[in-house]
Amino acid sequence: MALSKVWVFAETDENGSLTTLSKELLTKARDLGDTVEAFYAGDGNDIAESAGAFGATAVHATGPIEGQLLGAPVGAALAAAAEGVDLVLGGTSYDARDAFAVASVKLDKPVISNTTAIDLDGDAVVTTVPVFGGEKLVKTKFTAGGPMLCLVRPKSYEASESGGGAASVSSVDVPGDAPSATVLATHVEEREGPQLDSAPIVVSGGRGLGDPAKFEEYIEALGKKLGAATGATRAIVDAGWVPYNKQVGQTGKVVKPDVYIAAGISGATQHLVGMKGSKNIIAINKDPEAPIFSVADLGIVGDVHKVLPALIEALNAKG
Amino acid sequence: MALNVVVCVKQIPDPADPGALDADFTLKRDVKLILDESDSYGVEMALQLVDTAGGGEVTLVSMAPNGEVSGLRTALAMGAAKGVLVSDDALAGSGARETAKTLAAAIGKAGEYDLVISGVESSDGYTGVLPQMLAAQLGHPMVSFAKSVEVADGKVKVSRQTETGSQDVEAPTPCVVSVTAGVVEPRYPSFKGIMAAKSKPVDTLALGDLGIDGGNVGWAGAGQEITAVEDAPARQAGEIVEDDGEGFQKIVAKLEELKVI
Ligand SMILES: Cc1cc2nc3c(=O)[nH]c(=O)nc-3n(C[C@H](O)[C@H](O)[C@H](O)COP(=O)(O)OP(=O)(O)OC[C@H]3O[C@@H](n4cnc5c(N)ncnc54)[C@H](O)[C@@H]3O)c2cc1C
Ligand SMILES: Cc1cc2nc3c(=O)[nH]c(=O)nc-3n(C[C@H](O)[C@H](O)[C@H](O)COP(=O)(O)OP(=O)(O)OC[C@H]3O[C@@H](n4cnc5c(N)ncnc54)[C@H](O)[C@@H]3O)c2cc1C
Repeated sequence: MALSKVWVFAETDENGSLTTLSKELLTKARDLGDTVEAFYAGDGNDIAESAGAFGATAVHATGPIEGQLLGAPVGAALAAAAEGVDLVLGGTSYDARDAFAVASVKLDKPVISNTTAIDLDGDAVVTTVPVFGGEKLVKTKFTAGGPMLCLVRPKSYEASESGGGAASVSSVDVPGDAPSATVLATHVEEREGPQLDSAPIVVSGGRGLGDPAKFEEYIEALGKKLGAATGATRAIVDAGWVPYNKQVGQTGKVVKPDVYIAAGISGATQHLVGMKGSKNIIAINKDPEAPIFSVADLGIVGDVHKVLPALIEALNAKG
Repeated sequence: MALNVVVCVKQIPDPADPGALDADFTLKRDVKLILDESDSYGVEMALQLVDTAGGGEVTLVSMAPNGEVSGLRTALAMGAAKGVLVSDDALAGSGARETAKTLAAAIGKAGEYDLVISGVESSDGYTGVLPQMLAAQLGHPMVSFAKSVEVADGKVKVSRQTETGSQDVEAPTPCVVSVTAGVVEPRYPSFKGIMAAKSKPVDTLALGDLGIDGGNVGWAGAGQEITAVEDAPARQAGEIVEDDGEGFQKIVAKLEELKVI
């Protein structure tokens, strides 16, 4: 039995386009609810067409939130507007986490976070949350009625268009009394080349590379050769070798490429949850006991300083 | 100027040990608990801010079963002045929202404060929503994902990590700030610090002390129920080979097989 109304907390990227994650959620929402609508912290007209194409019939929009962090005002607006909605899906993005937490307190309803699947069991909504690096799957059921608040990890579902036309747009009130934080400036980091979330091949490096120069010399070089996006573990992001936007894992990006190459990466559970959905995993590590080998389709027990230069040379020789 | 900071610290089973679940499907927590590494950054950040302010103190707040204080002692040894622990059997089964309610009430008992600091997400539950819930409970402004924090003139200035870069954010105190891991280097407790920590005060409270009804927290108040735990489908075992100098050829062959070169 389907739910009657499902909302998706829609988000846009730095170019103003609906994010892949929002499209994935709209696609799944069509399975779950008779009516699918979007909630958007911005100008609803900007996404009426794209959200409509993925199945939303309406966009409930707050209008642009300027000069303030979104969480408090948007969470309060969501709570006030979501009456009668059975289920609200959001991504595990920064803004959605902030807003859902506030809505949770206002509505006095729980949030289930890090969900990778949502199923209906009769009229109950059952979520799947991976634990222990994805070894076990915990099934959790909402028992407090709607609106049920659920945060879903990227790439849990594949996005597909519904063929729907533009959604209608209506505006929702933003309560003026939310304690707010002022945004003084926004900095966008430049992103060039293939992107982690969409590239068919990802080459990642970890602490086993030894020093930051090797990331450039091996990982970037291999990435260029294969037309791949390059990624990293938190260990080397924290160490300042590469920027945070390259981090793969629990607190970074979730990737599901056709091929994932892990070089000098131990395979900590927090890294594995971000990449174990890859179709093919190739790992290079000098320690035969490294956990990364438990998810590898091909594992080379060896020194990255030997294997990678030889690999790059062989690929160069092939032209 | 004195600055008083409350730091939320979660005490968790050592993530280096194989994780285990209890019969009710919750994480087995009746083992020795340690300070969540995610929170060691918040403790360090708070100590540095108090230091810079030239006065004030760091108070820890934690919710954990069985009167557990091992993780709190670690943070006290780093330099925090005192702790408040909430421990009550009725809290078992709490979700993030119930934990936030409980911590908010405990913070109310922690004395005057300018700032509440937490981690962005814990290492075990990692819902990443508790700090924002806490701020909403307390009615304070909230800045999440802080990479750096400064306090001056009754305001915090934060450089906040975003998906596409960063933001400069400002909020009036008192407020709640969640700090990302790795932004400061947590100090190792000194021997002196460890000895001093043994006699620092930790106030242990039960729900009754906070005026919270057991029916609103724990299993009773969670509004969610774990119905099953399943093994994830295992990946098929791959081919693992020792590099004999020709290991790279295996990779080339694999990439050819997958038609990516
Ligand atoms: C709350 C939380 C969230 C986290 N989120 C993330 C996350 O999103 N992403 C993430 O990646 N991590 C995350 N972590 C950190 C994670 O636990 C690990 O610490 C991290 O992934 C380890 O990175 P690493 O594999 O580069 O380093 P290490 O674990 O130090 O591994 C280095 C590996 O390199 C190998 N090696 C060394 N020298 C060589 C050589 N010459 N040739 C070949 N191999 C070599 C070693 O055998 C070792 O296996 C998180 C941790 C916490 C607590
Ligand atoms: C695998 C797993 C999945 C879970 N999923 C959910 C879920 O989807 N929804 C849900 O409501 N609950 C969930 N829980 C329960 C939840 O983890 C606990 O209720 C927990 O007390 C609070 O959430 P968190 O650790 O996820 O907080 P996070 O938001 O991840 O933690 C951020 C910060 O809050 C502070 N903090 C968190 N807990 C405490 C504490 N006990 N004492 C002091 N400070 C603290 C710390 O500073 C921490 O760094 C889950 C638990 C597990 C083990």
